[in-house]
Amino acid sequence: MIHQYKNNGYNIVLDVCSGAVHVVDDLLYDVIACYEENNQNARETTLTSLTDKLTQYSHEDLQEALEEVETLRSRGELFAEDEYESFVMDFKRRKTVVKALCLHIAHDCNLGCRYCFAEEGEYHGDRSLMSVEVGKQALDFLIANSGNRRNLEVDFFGGEPTMNFEVVKELVRYGRQLERQYDKKFRFTLTTNGILLNDEMMEFANREMANVVLSIDGRKSVNDYMRPAKNGKSSYDIIVPKFQRFAELRNQTNYYVRGTYTHYNTDFSEDVLHLADLGFQQISVEPVVAGPEEPYAIQESDLPKLMEEYDKLAREMIKRNKNGNGFRFFHFMIDLSQGPCVAKRLSGCGSGTEYLAVTPWGDLYPCHQFVGQEEFKLGNVYDGIQAEAVRDEFKLCNVYAKEKCRNCFARFYCSGGCAANAYHFHGNILDAYDIGCELQKKRIECAIMIEAALADQEEKEKKEA
Amino acid sequence: MKHVKTLTDKTLKSTMAKGGCGECQTSCQSACKTSCTVGNQTCENKR
Repeated sequence: MIHQYKNNGYNIVLDVCSGAVHVVDDLLYDVIACYEENNQNARETTLTSLTDKLTQYSHEDLQEALEEVETLRSRGELFAEDEYESFVMDFKRRKTVVKALCLHIAHDCNLGCRYCFAEEGEYHGDRSLMSVEVGKQALDFLIANSGNRRNLEVDFFGGEPTMNFEVVKELVRYGRQLERQYDKKFRFTLTTNGILLNDEMMEFANREMANVVLSIDGRKSVNDYMRPAKNGKSSYDIIVPKFQRFAELRNQTNYYVRGTYTHYNTDFSEDVLHLADLGFQQISVEPVVAGPEEPYAIQESDLPKLMEEYDKLAREMIKRNKNGNGFRFFHFMIDLSQGPCVAKRLSGCGSGTEYLAVTPWGDLYPCHQFVGQEEFKLGNVYDGIQAEAVRDEFKLCNVYAKEKCRNCFARFYCSGGCAANAYHFHGNILDAYDIGCELQKKRIECAIMIEAALADQEEKEKKEA
Repeated sequence: MKHVKTLTDKTLKSTMAKGGCGECQTSCQSACKTSCTVGNQTCENKR
């Protein structure tokens, strides 16, 4: 299967199953499109049909292009077959281990964000803080269920985890002890809205946290409308100076400012650029996920505008990169040569198997987005996984189990998308959230175009040198 | 070849043999939390 598209002057051809990515001229682009239709036929027939269809090119050019197509094909870099499905059959039989926990340190929050999937931190339940005892038990559970995986991840999440920061500190101390005892490596991360963030917390996080995620939506008006403080005042004014300092203290690496865009700011590229102009170099801004009844939900009619915004953002990022003031946008990051292996791409995000969320009282859920939905409760940190049937449903959740994904060009990049989104929109984790898919596909196209442009730029610079 | 510049060759297929060590980061732990973005991650063994 191939996927071809034109973006920003580049003709791009993805060979979906081999992972090869080619930038081609117009001639080859057109020939590949025709070849796909004819690839069951003998070469002569193909050349004849090409000559009939692509009258703007000479017979010699078409012959030359066809030879290139065949060379790529013989190398397994074009029209490669999908050979991974049988691999999935083996894959799903293997015993999974837990390697990441999302600890809900506080089911409480000091902001009143309108789009919060956690219902302002309460997750369909009561306000509650995780105790040290439950947290330690969660880390013990993780160690006990991690098999021979050495790298383990623990995200301090909420609600707002800084509302229970002494427990965060105590759990990091405990985790460091466990590392020595069991020869494991914890990567701690902290997701915070910044309201309570102070120097001591930043200093602690810079010493102990592999990554911090700092929530901010972009421009002041956009941020403050969706992320109001409880007293109705601006959260932007409180958090921006702190986040700027935090990012600098972390040498502009190993953090993200992370925002959400909604129906109210479909010109979200302005928010991304605003964050870049504030000096942030690691930026993630993604679409809100909300049911169509919410006024801020992304609607299908927003899609054309959102697609344009991604294109605009991609072009601006190329420009800034050239001018030496580039930044990274999480959803345009793509590692074409050192990306994840097939096994990782097929297993997806790992929710319900490798990745679990822990409530303040120790219940286990497939991920933070399922917390509070009783039918997805997997067990607890004391007794372990009890609902094995639910766990197995997630274990079998992969691109080949999803009808919408089987023939999608993006399936090895998004790995079948978010199970929670699929469930919330269609009541089935094996479905897919369609608006999310359209946006994801666009982001992948832009990300690859940026790689093509940067490679082009590098080549030009070499020639000039 | 005159008409093509290959940005990356069959990288995906070549990873099939190993079967996945599982040491890589869990995708939702980075900066998304509401979407699934796996393709942008880096293999732990190639760092």
